[in-house]
Amino acid sequence: MSDEEDIILSELSDDELVPQMHDDLYDGMKEEIEEGVNILLERGWMPYDVLTKALVEGMRIVGIDFRDGILFVPEVLLAANAMKGGMAILKPLLAETGAPRLGNMVIGTVKGDIHDIGKNLVTMMMEGAGFEVKDLGINNPVENYIDELESGEYDILGMSALLTTTMPYMKVVIDTMVEKGMRDDYTVLVGGAPLNDEFGKAIGADAYCRDAAVAVETAKEFMAKKHNQLSA
Amino acid sequence: MSKILQKIIDKQGFVLTDGATGTNLFNMGLMAGDAPEMWNEEHPDRITKLYQSAVDAGSDLFLTNSFGGNASRLKLHNAGHRARELSRMAAEIGREVADKCDRDIVVAGSVGPTGEIMGAAGTLSHEDAVEIFEEQAHGLLEGGADVLWVETISAPEEYAAAAEAMQNVGADWCGTMSFDTAGRTMMGTTSTGMVEMIAGMDYKPFAFGANCGVGASDLLRTVMGFSDTGTERPIIAKGNAGIPKYVDGHIHYDGTPELMAEYALMARNAGATIIGGCCGTMPEHLSAMRKALDSTAKGEKPSLEQISASIGPFSSEHDGTGDTSNQPARRKRRRG
Repeated sequence: MSDEEDIILSELSDDELVPQMHDDLYDGMKEEIEEGVNILLERGWMPYDVLTKALVEGMRIVGIDFRDGILFVPEVLLAANAMKGGMAILKPLLAETGAPRLGNMVIGTVKGDIHDIGKNLVTMMMEGAGFEVKDLGINNPVENYIDELESGEYDILGMSALLTTTMPYMKVVIDTMVEKGMRDDYTVLVGGAPLNDEFGKAIGADAYCRDAAVAVETAKEFMAKKHNQLSA
Repeated sequence: MSKILQKIIDKQGFVLTDGATGTNLFNMGLMAGDAPEMWNEEHPDRITKLYQSAVDAGSDLFLTNSFGGNASRLKLHNAGHRARELSRMAAEIGREVADKCDRDIVVAGSVGPTGEIMGAAGTLSHEDAVEIFEEQAHGLLEGGADVLWVETISAPEEYAAAAEAMQNVGADWCGTMSFDTAGRTMMGTTSTGMVEMIAGMDYKPFAFGANCGVGASDLLRTVMGFSDTGTERPIIAKGNAGIPKYVDGHIHYDGTPELMAEYALMARNAGATIIGGCCGTMPEHLSAMRKALDSTAKGEKPSLEQISASIGPFSSEHDGTGDTSNQPARRKRRRG
């Protein structure tokens, strides 16, 4: 036994519980996160506040340390898994209470490329940040992206490629969006090991995202801009 | 213990491996998204040419065209059941090329990662991973590989599963990891962490090291991390020929043959014995590396400053080794 006493979440005040939940997300403790979410709801918190103040803020901290090379993929996966546990409780309540949505994203690895670890990580981190993500999987021809975008209410298109030979295909997708007059309706984010800022600009994407944490931050920035424009 | 590798090391003090497989095959017409392993059956002439080009450029060792030849990767091409067979073919073609050569050439059976995530947050179990690696290992040995070559691994769990498979089939093996995230592997393993991991293993590789990752300078820093531990196990350095650049719709690696020759000398000075290239490394790079290694004596271990001055800047300030007191650390948590 350690000298420290076990922390009883239900005995913590709101001001102590929320930072404790950030810690528990950081440590990937799923059961504790589920318990914390339930306690806050019982105390009358709005589901949207639980999502943003406890979970999204906690994942933001995880994202910062992932970006800075302090946390690595295994820790991030565990944190995302804990976040998912909390989200499962909140999701139906968020819909009922008409909470504002952060944004919806379509993501997929481009045609000819079957790599998916990076894309899966972005999906998890985006969901962790409160976005709704439709994952199209690997090896997607341009029609897959266009059809999905046209079929729903989406804000963001994410494309991933790990091969130097498949990354130019991202331009095919963006060019098709331009032809169809739908390019400006979406924020297009691209990522993958061989890409860089220069490439993102060259093909007409809105941004290149170096890793999953950057993807989340970038998506948030673009969504904030979009909301500002709508309310202006 | 690999007799043929030891023999070459005893004779010349180093082993020059091959360079890129993918980059070369794409230049021969492989289409993005196609499984290169299919060419072992459909275009054995091109695979012969790939191996022969490394041998002709002066390589002592080449990797077989079987990097993605495990059931987990091949199933994405509906060929999961053909892992053993396609791996065997890759090695058979290699055996023929090596046996025709009048000097010792090592056929190294390439074993790449499964592409699945293992460990606490993963989906692939240890037992399943061992089985996947073992099946491929059987094929490579049947085809006549001298040594099996596990490469581009990120997770310690996956390295351990590969080691167990190597033990089960009784293969001589080497194993490298890819350090591509702030000097660590994607899963957070440091260079010194890898040395410790191997020290604790039952069935150790003949040689270990780093391949791929970011640029050649990062890879050299990783090699310095290995040799600073004082390990006596041969160290492998297989770095990329610079960094990929997008020029006029094509990708090319910015490392020149001269830069890769300098990298090869620095890798040897840093403590590597088995030296070669990875992505972007073409026969002209290998020739320059061979010439440099043959005509230059091993020198003093370089400093990190000398490496970045000659080869290029590092992708991150720290790599998680050495004095970590001034490096960013995990946040203090309130639970025990």
